[in-house]
Amino acid sequence: MSYVPGQPVTAVVQRIEIHKLRQGDNLILGFSIGGGIDQDPTQNPFSEDKTDKGIYVTRVTEGGPAEVAGLQIGDKIMQVNGWDMTMVTHDQARKRLTKRNEEVVRLLVTRQSLQKAVQQSLMA
Amino acid sequence: MDNESQYSGYSYKSGHSRSSRKHRDRRDRHRSKSRDGSRGDKSVTIQAPGEPLLDNESTRGDERDDNWGETTTVVTGTSEHSISHDDITRITKDMEDSAHLDCSRHLGVSLAGALALLAFLTPLAFMLLPQLLWREELEPCGTPCEGLFISVAFKLLILLLGSWALFFRRPKAFFPRVFVFRALLMVLVFLLVVSYWLFYGVRILDSRDRNYQGVVQFAVSLVDALLFVHYLAVVLLELRQLQPQFTLKAVRSADGASRFYNVGHLSIQRAAVWILENYYHDFPVYNPALLNLPKSVLSKKMSGFKVYSLGEENSTNNSTGQSRAVIAAAARRRDNSHNEYYYEEAEHERRVRKRRARLVVAVEEAFTHIKRLQEEDQKNPREIMDPREAAQAIFASMARAMQKYLRTTKQQPYHTMESILQHLEFCITHDMTPKAFLERYLTAGPTIQYHKDRWLAKQWTLVSEEPVTNGLKDGVVFVLKRQDFSLVVSTKKIPFFKLSEEFVDPKSHKFVMRLQSETSV
Repeated sequence: MSYVPGQPVTAVVQRIEIHKLRQGDNLILGFSIGGGIDQDPTQNPFSEDKTDKGIYVTRVTEGGPAEVAGLQIGDKIMQVNGWDMTMVTHDQARKRLTKRNEEVVRLLVTRQSLQKAVQQSLMA
Repeated sequence: MDNESQYSGYSYKSGHSRSSRKHRDRRDRHRSKSRDGSRGDKSVTIQAPGEPLLDNESTRGDERDDNWGETTTVVTGTSEHSISHDDITRITKDMEDSAHLDCSRHLGVSLAGALALLAFLTPLAFMLLPQLLWREELEPCGTPCEGLFISVAFKLLILLLGSWALFFRRPKAFFPRVFVFRALLMVLVFLLVVSYWLFYGVRILDSRDRNYQGVVQFAVSLVDALLFVHYLAVVLLELRQLQPQFTLKAVRSADGASRFYNVGHLSIQRAAVWILENYYHDFPVYNPALLNLPKSVLSKKMSGFKVYSLGEENSTNNSTGQSRAVIAAAARRRDNSHNEYYYEEAEHERRVRKRRARLVVAVEEAFTHIKRLQEEDQKNPREIMDPREAAQAIFASMARAMQKYLRTTKQQPYHTMESILQHLEFCITHDMTPKAFLERYLTAGPTIQYHKDRWLAKQWTLVSEEPVTNGLKDGVVFVLKRQDFSLVVSTKKIPFFKLSEEFVDPKSHKFVMRLQSETSV
């Protein structure tokens, strides 16, 4: 997941489909995000590379739609409904996730264990 | 550097010592050539006349008055130097040499003085001789000549004052070799005066020049030239060495105390004297009692490892093989002497601190017993004491604690009862607090703090591989030796600094908060 400027970012990703839950007037997904290109990347406890300014999942509420869909804490969100999330500000990321007219969001997330699993299966 | 000369016993004008270097140099070269045959590198002596046989800085066990405060304990001195027959012959030879040096110094001084006087009187002679010899034939010379007379008078006065300021000083040290710049200046002045006299003799005396104004102007030009030589002397002798160019590191060989000094362009002998001047007020006093590890630590020696060689006799490498085997075996064995050293050190620390606490308390208490007499107090005249009596009155209560502390820190050779009493009297007179009184004893001070005659030595030997009149260069090493220890001085050039400039606009200092926000979606 290290980022070399000018080169395309490659990662092993998992597709996660979250159906939003209606709570009163809001549609909630059940997790919290941190990170963004306007934030301080060194404070991120989940990233492997401390200069990574991507969007990370910092909390997942129990029993919420995100947990049901398989999202885990520490995941890095690469795409939301086709929109890129690796080079966005924090606010832009929030907006892309909380669009009022979307009931389902399809995320591409990556985590370190995915990469290791792929490597192990290749070697086996 | 206006220093009292500790090194010289003479009080003659240092202006005359200018050429003493030159003359002593000739004698020194002859003598040191014969001496250098026996030693490897050149070694010349910076010396004062009349050296006592046993040097002042070596510890002597018999002179201390240890019976104050406590009467039962007896401390034997640690005198580590025994004068052998060779030392005696060497020291007496040095004394003879110093006698020779003094004669040549006197000669040199008087020659330099004569030259200076000649240079000073020459312009006056130039102006007076035509008046005396052929007064009738001279053209009358009114105002311009008088103006020139006044200017000559003032310039000579300035020259006199300047020479007094620059040259008439007590010498700080006797240098082993000629002081190159001074010799150069002497030669310059001599040549100047001689050439002027030649011109004067040929052009003016022989031809009996009538133009008196021209003669006076000639004399004025000589005075100007002398003033410029004086300026050159100021620059060469005083100014050139001020800007720091080298860093000298001086390390004492006995216990590793080291200091760094910045000096300018100096010759090795002048740098040596500079180091010595700073040594006496920077380095803590040399205490031979503090050097050795306690005996208990070093008692475990390499006890007998006997090496038997089995098999064939290989006589060539037998001994080296044996010693190597012994050393290897000793290294492999568990050596616990560092353990003992550590505990010994910790124990000593504790003891010193305990004694120090007792001393501080005793002194504080003693100082509370006296106070300064105010004018308003009505006191019985019998009760009023002068500082000496006051010191004696309170000394008794702190004497024992003081003596125990000095014994523990092995400082007792440096402080006699009399010196402590004097210091106490000094502190009382100047209203010092107990802490100020104690600062002299709690830390080992520089050598110059202790009583002059006992601890200040005058004779140092300068050992150097290069001639001592060479200038300092990067990497020069020389050694200043005494009998018990030596100062090893090494030179490093101060690096050339490249300073670049960066302009910072005061309005450009702006800051933002570091964000780490977390949003729940």
